Amino acid sequence: MKKNNELTNTDLIRYAFRKSLPVLFGYVFLGIAFGILLEEAGYNFVWAFAISLFVFAGSMQFVLVSLLKEGASLLITALMTLFINSRHIFYGLSFVESFRKMERYYPYMIFSLTDETYSVLYSCRDDEEGQQQDHKAWFYIALLHQCYWILGSVIGALAGNLIPLDFTGIDFSMTALFVVILIDQIRGSKVYFPAATGAVCATLCLVIFGGDNFLLPALLTTAFTLFLKNSLNNSAKGSD
Amino acid sequence: MPVSHSVLIVAICAVCTFITRVIPFGLFRGNRKMPESVAKLAHLLPPAIIAVLVVYCLKGIPSQDMATNAVTLASVAVVVILHLWRKNTLLSIGAGTVFYMIALRLI
Repeated sequence: MKKNNELTNTDLIRYAFRKSLPVLFGYVFLGIAFGILLEEAGYNFVWAFAISLFVFAGSMQFVLVSLLKEGASLLITALMTLFINSRHIFYGLSFVESFRKMERYYPYMIFSLTDETYSVLYSCRDDEEGQQQDHKAWFYIALLHQCYWILGSVIGALAGNLIPLDFTGIDFSMTALFVVILIDQIRGSKVYFPAATGAVCATLCLVIFGGDNFLLPALLTTAFTLFLKNSLNNSAKGSD
Repeated sequence: MPVSHSVLIVAICAVCTFITRVIPFGLFRGNRKMPESVAKLAHLLPPAIIAVLVVYCLKGIPSQDMATNAVTLASVAVVVILHLWRKNTLLSIGAGTVFYMIALRLI
């Protein structure tokens, strides 16, 4: 017999689905936008499916469309990818311990750690209900996210040109998603200085380096500033 | 461009994306525990990175015309106000995006 507090697989899937709902909207629509762009560049839905299956990185896939269109060199492709996705290095840091406990799901969890999956899992770790869940729920969340993304990109590549709508501005859903996540994180942690540090460093780097090159310097200066403040706090405590 | 080159571009992109995701897990494997300073930093970083990504989404502002900027900022305000008020992620994103798309067509 099952213990009262033990959750069935259906419970886990239901929880994962509820947690993944906000991303459903964003991923299907952004996926459609990606599919439309890819199709216009001359690559059909098979490409959309394969790219969303094997790459699974939102903003990078939009850049990938232009790399494909230009027929970029492999070296440029590698550098651009490493550069644009470098922020993922920081995401993993938050989950090194918890993902390792997930055994056979471990490789997929690493592979599927997108911006959105990262923030949804992060919020699961903080809320009370999430802490009662089996870690397997995390796997379902990541898997559902990728299904939404694949679904959107295939729909976009297949039918984007058939839907009689002008999609200009649909990309704002990405901005809105990050704004919402930021508000939730600040509300959850009740600490303002990390977000403020990120905003100030990013704005300064945007002014200095320009829109196309500022992301990596912005992330590095943000991490460095937080690290510095962290060490200063520690040494202040040590001298007490 | 030959199809093989396109396949290679996609493959390289997939491998390099995975590399950026696997690096932290590779660095702190087995008995090598994360140093406490790094663990603390990992705790502070998430909201900071999201803040950087918000700025990344708004990076067009310096080069856009004033009307588009006004629409962008107004739409962000719609998202912020809705989310502080109703705390409903789908509503905030959906209404903000629809507002942006409609406003873009009106200017």
